[in-house]
Amino acid sequence: MNTKEALINYSLRLADNSMIAAQRLAEWNSCGPYLEEDIALSNMALDFFGQAETMYEYAAQLSNNNSTADMLAFRRNERQYLNCLLVEQPNGDFAFTMMKQFLYSAFAKYLYEALSASNDETLKGFAERSLKEVKYHFRHSSEWLIRFGNGTEESLTRAQYALDELWRYTDDLFCMNQIDEELISTGISVSSDTIAAKWNFTVKETLQAANLIIPEKFNVIKGGYNGIHSEHLGHLLCEMQYLQRAYPDAKW
Amino acid sequence: MKQDNQFPQWEVFLQTKNGGPYEHQGTVHAADKKMALQNARDLYTRRNEGRSIWVVPTECIVASTKEMEEEFFDPAQDKIYRTPNFYKMPKGTKNL
Amino acid sequence: MTEEEKAIQFQQRIDAGEKIEPRDWMPDDYKQTLFRQISQHAHSEIIGMQPEGNWLLRAPSLRAKKILMAKIQDEAGHGLYLYSAAETFGIDRTEMIAMLHSGKAKYSSIFNYPALTWADMGAIGWLVDGAAIVNQTMLAKCSYGPYARAMVRICKEEGFHQRQGYEIIANMSAGTREQKEMAQDALNRWWEPSLMMFGPHDADSPHTHNSMKWKIKVESNDTLRQRFIDRTVEQAHHIGLTIPDKNLKYNKETMHWETSPINWDEFWNVVKGNGPCNHQRLNHHKKYHQEGQWVRDCARAFEEKLKSESAAIKSN
Repeated sequence: MNTKEALINYSLRLADNSMIAAQRLAEWNSCGPYLEEDIALSNMALDFFGQAETMYEYAAQLSNNNSTADMLAFRRNERQYLNCLLVEQPNGDFAFTMMKQFLYSAFAKYLYEALSASNDETLKGFAERSLKEVKYHFRHSSEWLIRFGNGTEESLTRAQYALDELWRYTDDLFCMNQIDEELISTGISVSSDTIAAKWNFTVKETLQAANLIIPEKFNVIKGGYNGIHSEHLGHLLCEMQYLQRAYPDAKW
Repeated sequence: MKQDNQFPQWEVFLQTKNGGPYEHQGTVHAADKKMALQNARDLYTRRNEGRSIWVVPTECIVASTKEMEEEFFDPAQDKIYRTPNFYKMPKGTKNL
Repeated sequence: MTEEEKAIQFQQRIDAGEKIEPRDWMPDDYKQTLFRQISQHAHSEIIGMQPEGNWLLRAPSLRAKKILMAKIQDEAGHGLYLYSAAETFGIDRTEMIAMLHSGKAKYSSIFNYPALTWADMGAIGWLVDGAAIVNQTMLAKCSYGPYARAMVRICKEEGFHQRQGYEIIANMSAGTREQKEMAQDALNRWWEPSLMMFGPHDADSPHTHNSMKWKIKVESNDTLRQRFIDRTVEQAHHIGLTIPDKNLKYNKETMHWETSPINWDEFWNVVKGNGPCNHQRLNHHKKYHQEGQWVRDCARAFEEKLKSESAAIKSN
């Protein structure tokens, strides 16, 4: 795999992560626990849609084959999507969604921080801008975790359940394949090892403040970056891509 | 605690640019200070309107009433000597 | 001052074009009319998120998705501004939601129709928001300060809502045969309900007299409706769509478009709860309100803990 191919695939990974996270957050529309939170969830979804668009455009531009951001988002299938498994997991209740958001935004925060030093100008610019957004997501979700853990018995139970269920998808965040090998060697991206170390420290700190316990036994599931997903992704894409697939000749 | 609640109300003030005044925008509901600040940010700065936010519990606002209007504010009407144009300067005075 | 004298003075203030603020004296009827109207307006914004939310996950492009999401989010925000204005009467949002759930408070009947195709996103923006803008521009001049201020802000923010809807419909009208059919079909279904949004004819509208006297409304239902018709007919023709009304004709003398009589039986039927989506919309709101209860309880309990902890620190 040459550098350009690797960069296209890496951009798609970043785009897909944001796109799927956004689509899941969009499911909360008019379903939030109260109005202000509904608005907050929409803001986060809009941040993610914007990130996805930027990276799809970059991938399309690099591909040089008349593809567009929309084609990349709406015409690729479940084996071509390269997002991590965590973001595609169904929303569950509000605690489940906030746990997902917390685990992911902590990851994105350190990833974008590292990518802000990339020698690829587009990636660098994208990371710098997106970093501000995910920092806010991290703040918002970690404060909710602390409320869950120190609120009522029910909120603690729900948050612990979410952690038990979602923890199995966190190793997947830090997987590396030949794309990473190529891009690390050229100074475009970074090894996940340092990101993982920072992530572990921060996540554990917040979970402790939220009285939550990391499960000892869990089956680790990985494969998102290689296009091996959970069954949930296909359904999400089915809905998201419906109009583009049903009317392939139409422009909207 | 089975009774419904929408949280206490907070008044939101926004500074739209550095050095400018904090102006009242409206209200949000929130359970705590951090939540109030974030809810205000998420509602009132969607169009890039803000640089800084204050939130104040609504119950802390004290307001004058219509009945108080005359005695509170009318006495200031005839104090025009508080404005610069009240004073006659000798012709040709500069920088004053 | 007697109540009667206060009422006279109040009317003088209204006639002089003054704005009324929450702590000012006002007649009970004024208060009740406004509270009913503002809270129903707030509920309409919130329930109005649902038909568009129905297509959010299926929006056909990244651009369309962002726009629709921002628009629905604005509606949540506008609902919030309006609840905030209604709360100036001393009634908490909790109570208003309870009134919505019990059926005591209504919301605009337009949202009791289903959003069946993507073209409906265009029709809702163009027609429903178009009608709302005509109404809201008038309400921005209303005599009640908090309502007028909310309306000014809402009108400003909704500037893009109608345009994005018209853009969708215009693109589809110029698109494939299937798209054009969808666009016309959406106009056919949303045209008459959007005319009903302005409410009954002036002669049959029980609140109009007082509302005009108090400058809660400064123009009548029929005047506003006619303004909307005149604008919209031309916009439809401009993109090659047909207004679904055989009797539509332009009156050169009055310089207005004339339409068939509106089917008011249908209107009252939907108001009474028998529209295609009344049940669904309200149930959705109740369901997620109930599901959010534990979250609100949790936040409340957490805040109480914080308070008692800081009280304990102070007393030490």
